Amino acid sequence: MTAFILRRSLQSLIVLFVMSLLVFGGVNMVGDPVDMLISPEADQMEIDRVIRDLGLDRPVTEQYWYFLVNAFKGELGRSFIFGEPALKLIIQRMPATMELALFSLLLAVVFGIPLGVYAGLKPEGKLSRTIMAGSILGFSMPTFWVGILLIMFFSVNLGWFPSTGRGETATYFGMTSSIFTADGLSHLFLPAFNLALFKLSSVIRLARAGTREVILQDYIKFARAKGVQESRVIRVHLLKNIMIPIVTVIGLEFGSLIAFSTVTETVFAWPGMGKLIIDSIYNLDRPIIVAYLMIIVLIFVTLNLVVDILYSFLDPRVRIKGAK
Amino acid sequence: MKPILQIENLQTHFFTKAGVVKAVDGVSFDINAGEVVGLVGESGSGKSITGFSVMGLVDAPGKIVGGRIMFQGEDIAAMSPQQLQSLRGNRISMIFQDPMMTLNPVLRVETQMVEAIKAHDSMISKSEARARARDALGLVGISAPEERMRAYPHQFSGGMRQRVSIAIAMLNRPDLIIADEPTTALDVTIQGQVIHEMQRLCEVTKTALLWITHDLAVVAGIADRICVMYAGRVVEQGPIASTISQPLHPYTRGLMGSVPSQNRRGQPLQQIDGMVPSLLNLPSGCAFQNRCAMVSDKCLSEIPEPIDVGEQRLVRCVNVGQEPAS
Repeated sequence: MTAFILRRSLQSLIVLFVMSLLVFGGVNMVGDPVDMLISPEADQMEIDRVIRDLGLDRPVTEQYWYFLVNAFKGELGRSFIFGEPALKLIIQRMPATMELALFSLLLAVVFGIPLGVYAGLKPEGKLSRTIMAGSILGFSMPTFWVGILLIMFFSVNLGWFPSTGRGETATYFGMTSSIFTADGLSHLFLPAFNLALFKLSSVIRLARAGTREVILQDYIKFARAKGVQESRVIRVHLLKNIMIPIVTVIGLEFGSLIAFSTVTETVFAWPGMGKLIIDSIYNLDRPIIVAYLMIIVLIFVTLNLVVDILYSFLDPRVRIKGAK
Repeated sequence: MKPILQIENLQTHFFTKAGVVKAVDGVSFDINAGEVVGLVGESGSGKSITGFSVMGLVDAPGKIVGGRIMFQGEDIAAMSPQQLQSLRGNRISMIFQDPMMTLNPVLRVETQMVEAIKAHDSMISKSEARARARDALGLVGISAPEERMRAYPHQFSGGMRQRVSIAIAMLNRPDLIIADEPTTALDVTIQGQVIHEMQRLCEVTKTALLWITHDLAVVAGIADRICVMYAGRVVEQGPIASTISQPLHPYTRGLMGSVPSQNRRGQPLQQIDGMVPSLLNLPSGCAFQNRCAMVSDKCLSEIPEPIDVGEQRLVRCVNVGQEPAS
């Protein structure tokens, strides 16, 4: 297990390095931040000074070298706009995004698995067909559009939920989050539901496909032949088996949930990392873009590792292979 | 001796889009307490469905549409799902064909055994249930049961897994075990061990056994009585010795002829020509008519009724008593 984690960590470092090359090259190709940063009235001396201060007069390779050296020290550059460390700015916004992503994931799992299992157990039923049709809609409707519709319907017409912002937060156990206050929760619900819709649909489809496959297995019939209650057959024998693909997909896609949150955060003016990155892209705030993408990559590789480890807990057959 | 299980004119049909499949159509036989009955037939003859019908485990679109399954005086076919559940694994257990598939791969053997005990005795303590499970594993010849209980099914070999299944089936001391081809998926040497083990355990505990198989040799070795099924009906039944030495139904004769034997060494095996008719579209009259050498007009028009030929033997053939045409 230790060797496995070490090997994976090394691979992750390589992925991070390659990603940094790509990202750094990429942001240097799209536009000149100087145009955005300096007012048109500034004279040439002023412009040169700013360019020198930002290190933009050096060759790209040298800039990259400085970036790498600093990255090893844990510094990912200073924002051109805010003048603060990019990492600090992103980490400030991270709790808001994480809480949004986690709450969405929770919604997707809590509603997706029961709905999917139900649809798998009664594939011909009317309700099952409705669930499946709904999941197709969830898959195919664009997130931003659904977000706008949700605001229109629940905020403007019904007035049930606020349309924008993060609401009140409270701190418990050293964690500051809006899930601890009623106001925060009411702010959280719409954007989280918006973000969850896509994941909810995939969880439903996975749970249904898994259920339909597993329910035909001999071990389900054998469990029934033992006289085990039907509820336990579903809860233990079926659920534990269908969780294997579901955990894999949920885990791997949690990263995309964070990445996708840019759209939802923009629609709902949610003060998270996604909103920050969109603003930074508009302003060509290179250090933030680079730092954000590096963090996202880090999240992805970490999640991959976590999923692999979780997998071995869910499926005992994997554990044995890993040990050999 | 009073029969523990009486199946009377059981009909289990499958309502598919293509039509009604009469998988079991008028099966009748009895099993006495402590008796071993072999249920023999080709694939698709309805022998497994008969077993599942007794367990109340026929999957949709299948349904028991007629007949009675009297188990210790109660009709299983008329029971509620709750009654069936308390019966299953408690008074009637089942062992399946493929030991690789019958144990849940993600649950420890212990979990799968303890739940079978707790399902029928909610008052029992965890440690007591564990102890019973451990003893049951020891009984079927698994060494170091205490340790092996903590293992997952994939850590057992096929033969050992089938022993675990047998141990699970016997946990609650059932009166009847339905074994659906329990040795078909095993190596021949392991087959012998498992059969021997089952025979021994059933003798000790006086458990009746319905042994479903297509392997006549196995049945000949283990059963007291034999039922031969063809296309959803029992075509011949009787005590094992007389039925095997003097089969009366042309199908049973055909079956015996297709088993290689020392006495007919060097001669070509007699095979039964043709195929099992589709259960969707059975011919009127005897289902065996298209493969039978003795077919007559009578066979084409009427379904033969079981004829009592004495010595507890029943045969469904209009030609019984006549010599084969060959």
